[in-house]
Amino acid sequence: MAPLSLSVNGRLHGVSAPPQARLLDVLRDELGLTGTRFGCGAGECGACHVLLDDRSVPACDTPLWAAQGHEVTTVEGLMPALLDAFVAEQAAQCGYCSSGMLIAAAALLRANPRPDEAAVKQALDGHLCRCGAHNRIVRAVLRAATA
Amino acid sequence: MKPAVVVGGDGRVSVRTGKVELGQGLHTALAQIVADALDLPLDQIDMLPVDTESSPDQGVTSGSLSVQDAGAALREACALLKPGGGVRRAVGQSVPQAGLARRLAGTPHYIHDLLPQGVLHGRVLHPPMLGATLQGCDLSAAQACAGVHGVLQSGHLLGLVAETSAQADAALEHLESAARWQAAPETAEAAADLMSLPSTTREVHRRGQETPAVRTLRAVYSKPWIAHGAIAPSCALACWGPEGSPTAHLRVWTHSQGIFNLRRDLALAFGVDAEAVRVEHVPGAGCYGHNGADDVAFDAAWLARSLPGRTVRVLWRRADELTQSPQGPAMRVSLEAGLDEQGQVVRWQHEVWSPGHSRRPGRAPTPALLGAWQVAPPHAMPPSIDMPLAVGGGAERNAVPDYNFGHVQVRCHSVETQRRSSALRALGAFANVFAAESFLDEIAHATGRCPLALRLAHLAHDERACAVLKAATERAGWSGRVREDAVGHGIGYARYKNSGAWCAVVAQVHAGATLQVRRLCIAVDVGLAVNPDGVANQIEGGAIQATSWALKEAAAASHAGWGDYPILRFTEVPAVDVTVMPSEAPSLGAGEASLGPTAAAIANALFDALGVRVRDLPLTPERIVAAMDTDQ
Repeated sequence: MAPLSLSVNGRLHGVSAPPQARLLDVLRDELGLTGTRFGCGAGECGACHVLLDDRSVPACDTPLWAAQGHEVTTVEGLMPALLDAFVAEQAAQCGYCSSGMLIAAAALLRANPRPDEAAVKQALDGHLCRCGAHNRIVRAVLRAATA
Repeated sequence: MKPAVVVGGDGRVSVRTGKVELGQGLHTALAQIVADALDLPLDQIDMLPVDTESSPDQGVTSGSLSVQDAGAALREACALLKPGGGVRRAVGQSVPQAGLARRLAGTPHYIHDLLPQGVLHGRVLHPPMLGATLQGCDLSAAQACAGVHGVLQSGHLLGLVAETSAQADAALEHLESAARWQAAPETAEAAADLMSLPSTTREVHRRGQETPAVRTLRAVYSKPWIAHGAIAPSCALACWGPEGSPTAHLRVWTHSQGIFNLRRDLALAFGVDAEAVRVEHVPGAGCYGHNGADDVAFDAAWLARSLPGRTVRVLWRRADELTQSPQGPAMRVSLEAGLDEQGQVVRWQHEVWSPGHSRRPGRAPTPALLGAWQVAPPHAMPPSIDMPLAVGGGAERNAVPDYNFGHVQVRCHSVETQRRSSALRALGAFANVFAAESFLDEIAHATGRCPLALRLAHLAHDERACAVLKAATERAGWSGRVREDAVGHGIGYARYKNSGAWCAVVAQVHAGATLQVRRLCIAVDVGLAVNPDGVANQIEGGAIQATSWALKEAAAASHAGWGDYPILRFTEVPAVDVTVMPSEAPSLGAGEASLGPTAAAIANALFDALGVRVRDLPLTPERIVAAMDTDQ
């Protein structure tokens, strides 16, 4: 089978996985981009979100074929401003869920560069955090929006 | 054992501790302590990974004791290198968590990211519920799957190893549909059933003289079983070397809280010497107690044994994480108070019914590892126990009041259950503080006193307790609060373990169609806060987790995923205001202090809002409506 091509963080990769492979497995196991993390495999926790063009989607629930022809952005490809805001607010404890939230925040800020607190919470509502860093994360996204 | 603190030729300092980083910021705080003790800049301190081969055995990283215990050990080690050293520069500063920027950028960090060259991917199928038995399983479909190296069955445990993660997942689906299970007999083990199950009773505490009371109040409270709900499913890697080789016979990589205890139980389970097993800690997702980390390490070692020389990585599924991990047990608490004519409490009786809170590895004659009870021949599952109160207790943790109540009697009824109970953040303190602080609120209302004044009147002997209560209520505007429709305020307070941090919480709730917690004002005294923002982060995180437990969570014997075990979401999270009290007193842990007081404050605020007392967690709309009906 001819390798499929996938554009990730501005680079085109040849991928040997079959078209129905989960985008999450392709990113982690084939491309070595471990910033995208497995949490539930059912699109219920938000840990594995990536940008598909400008949309934040769960990579565990996105087949490779659906990502073809689109630009995939993982946390490794995000601009530093949002990450800096998370560090400034110490917006994590374990940080396992952070990459999905950074991606959701990036999607929000592309669509709405000046969101209010309610809009940030709404955009992150599908993302679970067990450590209880929620308020810090909301402040970090608001900080990035005003930076 | 290697030295705890080593200064390298380049002037960098390598630090070995036996306590692990669980996302709680411990290694940052320990580095701050070492930096000051050696008079060096913080960025010259490197915390080494924790490893049975080179780290000191400091037991389990639990109980909000690590800053005290590991911090003291490192101060001693530093004093040997630099006697008398230590101008305070880093300690007391809110320094950022070590490595956070790299972690956020997606740099490999978690055990899930550890993918050595040639690693194979294992999956294990445990019985769907503890005690279920395997009636049969045709392994051929799984064996025929692409990339599968082998399918294993031993007793009631099934597993497979495949070339890639996706191939392992696919083969596991075949294995799961082929397995035929005989369910374990159903047992009634919810909080409401605990009082009627077999139990053994012990008196935990008795003090004071019997004093005549003019009025007696009684109430019974409960909390359900609660799941850890780690965001990452448990994961481990294992590799068996050739027998008699100079290196470890079995190497394991784990996110366990206690690598030495895990090593001991792995050695027991596989019949090898503990010295032949090397266990290395690699961070997982946030850990709040005895979760599936140790179990999945057994799973990886079990599968890897069939492929000597190959490293096998096992990852649990979301359903495994919620179903196979131990759970924090259900508890029931019965309280009785005798009041004098002024409404002061002169007699207090606290009785608790609970399964044991600790079934951790490393403490029993047989391994406390799930898979070890399911293979053939099986090892016996050790009982769940409560440690003695002097070392923190389990079910009875914080059952002894710090209030000056005159005559006090505390009893604990240890209940046997089939369900697998073990340590979850704060152990018994969560239910005991919820119950006792709810009951105090009931006493205040029954006697027409202010809940704050009643507490202060019984805490006059403890300045630091009064100080956190005053600080939290001031931040919350307690004395000037205005009555609004469906809005209520409530207080919760405890000194964690009677010997740890003092913590007071004021909750503001809105009781509409659902109960919404709007704001938590928290004051905490942890002595000298090594990293004040780290303390605030732990206290705030604990309070938000406790809000989730109090409003939403009740674990069944099995769960398919987050859909049937919902936790608190961003739009439901309260604003949290944390005051860390300035102090020069010895440092105390912060990880577990806020959970019990938060749940009580919320329940008390609900009463303030609606005049309804809900004594059984979680405080769901159904429970609130049922309590309204009972009151009428």
